[in-house]
Amino acid sequence: MLRQALGKIAQTLVVLFFVSVASFGLLKLAPGDPIQIMLGSEYSQESYEQLTAQLGLDQPFLAQYADWALRFVQGDWGTSYVARTDIYTYAFKEALPVTLTLASFSLAFAILIGVPLGVLSAVKKDTAFDAGSAVLALTGTAFPSFLLGILLIWFFAVKLQLFPVMGYISPWQDFWGGIYHMILPGLTLSTYFIAMITRLTRATLIEVMEQPYIAAARARGEPSWRVIWVHGVRNIAMPLVTILGLQLGTLLQGTVLTETVFNLPGIGQMLTSAVLGREYMVVQAGVMMTATLFIGVNLLVDLSYPFLDPRLRARK
Amino acid sequence: MSLSSSDAAPTALPRAKASLGRRSMFLRRPFFTVALIVAAAYVLAATFAPHVAPFDPVKQDFMAMMQGPSFAHPLGTDSYGQDILSRVIYGARYALIIGIFSVLIGAAGGLVIGLAAGLSGGWLEWALMRLIDSILALPSLILAVAFIAILGQGVDKVVVAVGLSMIGPFARTVRADVMQVRVQLFIEAAQLMSIPYLRVVWRHVLPNVIFPLAVQVTIRVSEAILVSSSLSFLGIGVTPPTPDWGLMIAEGRDFVSFAPWMSAMPGFALALLLIALSIVGDGIREEFDPKLRRGA
Repeated sequence: MLRQALGKIAQTLVVLFFVSVASFGLLKLAPGDPIQIMLGSEYSQESYEQLTAQLGLDQPFLAQYADWALRFVQGDWGTSYVARTDIYTYAFKEALPVTLTLASFSLAFAILIGVPLGVLSAVKKDTAFDAGSAVLALTGTAFPSFLLGILLIWFFAVKLQLFPVMGYISPWQDFWGGIYHMILPGLTLSTYFIAMITRLTRATLIEVMEQPYIAAARARGEPSWRVIWVHGVRNIAMPLVTILGLQLGTLLQGTVLTETVFNLPGIGQMLTSAVLGREYMVVQAGVMMTATLFIGVNLLVDLSYPFLDPRLRARK
Repeated sequence: MSLSSSDAAPTALPRAKASLGRRSMFLRRPFFTVALIVAAAYVLAATFAPHVAPFDPVKQDFMAMMQGPSFAHPLGTDSYGQDILSRVIYGARYALIIGIFSVLIGAAGGLVIGLAAGLSGGWLEWALMRLIDSILALPSLILAVAFIAILGQGVDKVVVAVGLSMIGPFARTVRADVMQVRVQLFIEAAQLMSIPYLRVVWRHVLPNVIFPLAVQVTIRVSEAILVSSSLSFLGIGVTPPTPDWGLMIAEGRDFVSFAPWMSAMPGFALALLLIALSIVGDGIREEFDPKLRRGA
């Protein structure tokens, strides 16, 4: 088992290497000569070559990459001219927490609503409730989240005036205020996942309920709620965790849109303004953070299987 | 998977199969048929946009700014007095063109990488797999944002950016199909007959991979449309005054408190198309995907 885990980690590192080379290449592919931009319109050939050497741009690609990677790991990500700060502080300490707060909120919503809905539709299979939740789930997976966000703002914030229209308060500073500001964005982002988890839970639970251990639990005379919620739901944990890990990318790209709808200062807003301001280093930081997060979480998912399913522990 | 389900299957299958064979797919799947009609209506509206749309989509009329739905403007007007219905109809053009062409780019790229990964072996295959993994490590929207950062904005650039960002999933499914085909007996037979390798790939591997790929293409058109309109919504995709749905939704967001139709109308046009396409995609997959058909 340890060997397998080490193999997984090695694979992950290689993927991370590829991603980092690609996002370094992004900077190289970006239009415009950085030296020309830095020097302005008038410069001598001499100062051009001097600055090129000073920035290490006369080095071969791999040497430049190594230099960049080393600085990146140390948290030296360059300076953003639009935000007027160090990119590491801007991206990692300011934008990322907002995105992670929104993402974890939506994930919590999705699990708390999606799993019970899916269980109920599985138990009430082929009833009106099941059909209704199937239609809702289909609509939920196909409905564009940014439109949903605008509709929620229009209904709950403008018409009913129940929630704030937009803005962000960190739940670490003001817990209830933060939650209050997160309800609409969280709901917007989680709709897709509620729908997806409902579908997945329903399909998996129907299969699980046909297993012999469920029949055995019933034969022992356990109450039906216990059979479903303890014996049944426990066994959908593994497929659920797998899908959630794989769908993390969808969650992150959803935060990009939701942040724009609700004006939250997260990675989404950072990326958009960076593209408009042609700040390739900020785009690069956003790409690296997203990819690292996705790769890291999926490694954790892979490594968590033996803890979720005792059968995998015994066999290997 | 379980014992009981495989016990039940033989009794249930023949009856289901018999009825499956006789009735047309359109009768068996009423939702699919309705969704297909809706999608076809979009295609028609997009094709004949100049004949269907009551107004010029970019003609500004400052006497008729931000009017609610009325007889003259069934879906209202926007902040420049442009007719929203006409813009929604022309928007279908952009959505469908961008969606279809970017999916084709993604499928072509995925086919090349997937074939290479599936046919090669050893370290090359391992490296190509990690390459696919690293493309998949970035969600398609964020990849598209990165490509837009390099390419710049505009319809053609959005097509390329969205197309490139979709290579990953296509490559993965193509590789999986190639892996299944290349161990088949007819491949071994062809190789024993010393048919040139590239010819074996062209005549025997490719035809077996192309069909599932085509199914994937139809399923992923809706994803491409969603990503492209998301880019426009973020304000980094298509540039104004192009009648693009994402752009229109973004513009209406600022006026949501007193002119909610500005976002809602193009938004519902987009949502309806996406829902229709995903029902059509599900139907096509369930009918034609050999893996699902065997299991059903």
